[in-house]
Amino acid sequence: MNGFLGTLFAHGLLTSATVQTALIVGCFVAFITGVVGVFTVIRGQSFAGHALADLGAVGGSGAFLIGISQLWGFVGAGIIAAVLMELVGVKRLQGRDVATGIVFGSGLGLTALFLYWDTTIANTSNAAISVLFGSLFVIDTSLVPTVVILSVVALLLIVAIYRWLLLDAVNQDMATVRGVPVRLTGIVFLIALALAVELSSLTIGAILSTALLIGPAAISLRLTKRIGIAVIASGFIGVAATAVGIVISYDSYYWFGTHQNWPVSFCIVALIFISYVLTGAAIAIRDRITRESPVPHSVLSRKAA
Amino acid sequence: MFASFMTNTWIAGSIIAVIAGVVGFFVVLRGASFLAHAIPHGAFAGAAGAVLIGADPLLGLGVFAAAGALTVSFLGRRARADVVTALALVMMLGLGALFLSMSSQYSSEVFALLFGQVLGVSSLEIVPMVILGAVCLIAVAVFYRPMLLSSVLPEMAAARGINVQAVTVLFSLIVALATTTSVPVVGALLMFSLLVGPSAAARSFTSRPPTAIILSVCFALAIVWASIAAAYASDLPVGFFVTAGSGILYAIGRVWAVLLSSRSRRTGRSTTPSALPVQ
Repeated sequence: MNGFLGTLFAHGLLTSATVQTALIVGCFVAFITGVVGVFTVIRGQSFAGHALADLGAVGGSGAFLIGISQLWGFVGAGIIAAVLMELVGVKRLQGRDVATGIVFGSGLGLTALFLYWDTTIANTSNAAISVLFGSLFVIDTSLVPTVVILSVVALLLIVAIYRWLLLDAVNQDMATVRGVPVRLTGIVFLIALALAVELSSLTIGAILSTALLIGPAAISLRLTKRIGIAVIASGFIGVAATAVGIVISYDSYYWFGTHQNWPVSFCIVALIFISYVLTGAAIAIRDRITRESPVPHSVLSRKAA
Repeated sequence: MFASFMTNTWIAGSIIAVIAGVVGFFVVLRGASFLAHAIPHGAFAGAAGAVLIGADPLLGLGVFAAAGALTVSFLGRRARADVVTALALVMMLGLGALFLSMSSQYSSEVFALLFGQVLGVSSLEIVPMVILGAVCLIAVAVFYRPMLLSSVLPEMAAARGINVQAVTVLFSLIVALATTTSVPVVGALLMFSLLVGPSAAARSFTSRPPTAIILSVCFALAIVWASIAAAYASDLPVGFFVTAGSGILYAIGRVWAVLLSSRSRRTGRSTTPSALPVQ
């Protein structure tokens, strides 16, 4: 038994302070993004979610420049971008896509400018890499309390508009008739999305932020049609992927005799991607066996496709 | 500014502007901005992988761009396109993180691949650009009608016997081709804003597809030329000027569209009948 656990958890895994911080912050952030992700997928705003994650880099690189905390740079840039997207955005899905693209593109240009100034004036050449990729193993522990508080704010925003979001997700016209302020719901949701995404982008990097936002939510929406269950399931799938990914990344140091860790982002993303593809394959096989009616498996998850 | 070492930059910039203007028209028409972002951004991981094994970065870019395009269209048959695009993108970026962690020196090269190095194009780089760019434009010309119809009215296209699925695959491969041509010079992040900005602005001025394509190419050329000149004069990164130009043009386009519709409402006369859905 000891031998098995020894192979599973390589030497020092559970005693290393770096790994402990990574596990706690990673799992916490993964849960929040997983919850927000379900509504992101249902509302068809994956692109906005990813754009906000990358746009944190504008705030991050700008914060380097004027010397304020990176955290507020990320959060500020995210919220400004979210409000801009909503202002430029048009009701139709296609128009929203272009609006997101324009805001995103302009933001990336600003990032290029800020990073250029960072490298030439402030002389921090690794800003580009740390902002764009991030790493779970280099979390600044002094940021943790603020990150936790702001994440809870994002979660509370979602809880506050939960019923509106549900009605809006099922049918926008019906929601309008029942008195749901659809526009307000959209803006509040985007701000909650921006908060969750910026915090995860800051702590675990833009790649993982998008992966944990979309992956667990897409998997859970394939498994269940009930949104309440999907929200909880998505949160826990995100936590599981993060925890297993951290263990694999830590253990990989001893594999193949290379003595080099696989990046934790790669491990978690690969786990999520493989799970997504396997879930799809499993559902396809099940549908073939039970020969269900040819109705799409989950009407909700294909809405507005 | 027009010194001999800048000649290649002007040529490369112009080639990219034409390709981005043409392909971008279909990107905006199909609402495929996310794909236009994901393929260039994800493909840069391929270049990182190619550098690692000592191959030509262009080859790595091409392989990853094509693989990403095929993954998105294959998985997209059973799920929402934006979800699949996001997952394919993060998978490619995850691989990129793995490749980068294996190679020792990367910082400046990554920066160049992401943000481009338009002011240092060699003559050797121009040759594959011309060839790939020509293939890209020919593909668009050959499949112009089926692509247009299945982008605007997929049901009608299917009724006419066009294989809409195949057109989707074809379109994503064209984006992959445009990416491979342009990313080494303008960078992964800026190719995206050239694909979306000029064509979205062009759509505000006209609703006729051929006019919109020509206008979009003109906008892209204007933006790229102005940006190269501005970058040369100010020594700031060219990408900043490209995205700022795209954003400003799009804003002008939107204001123009609003003015036009308010004038037509006042005179009680409808504007030009729109062949395409106005956004």
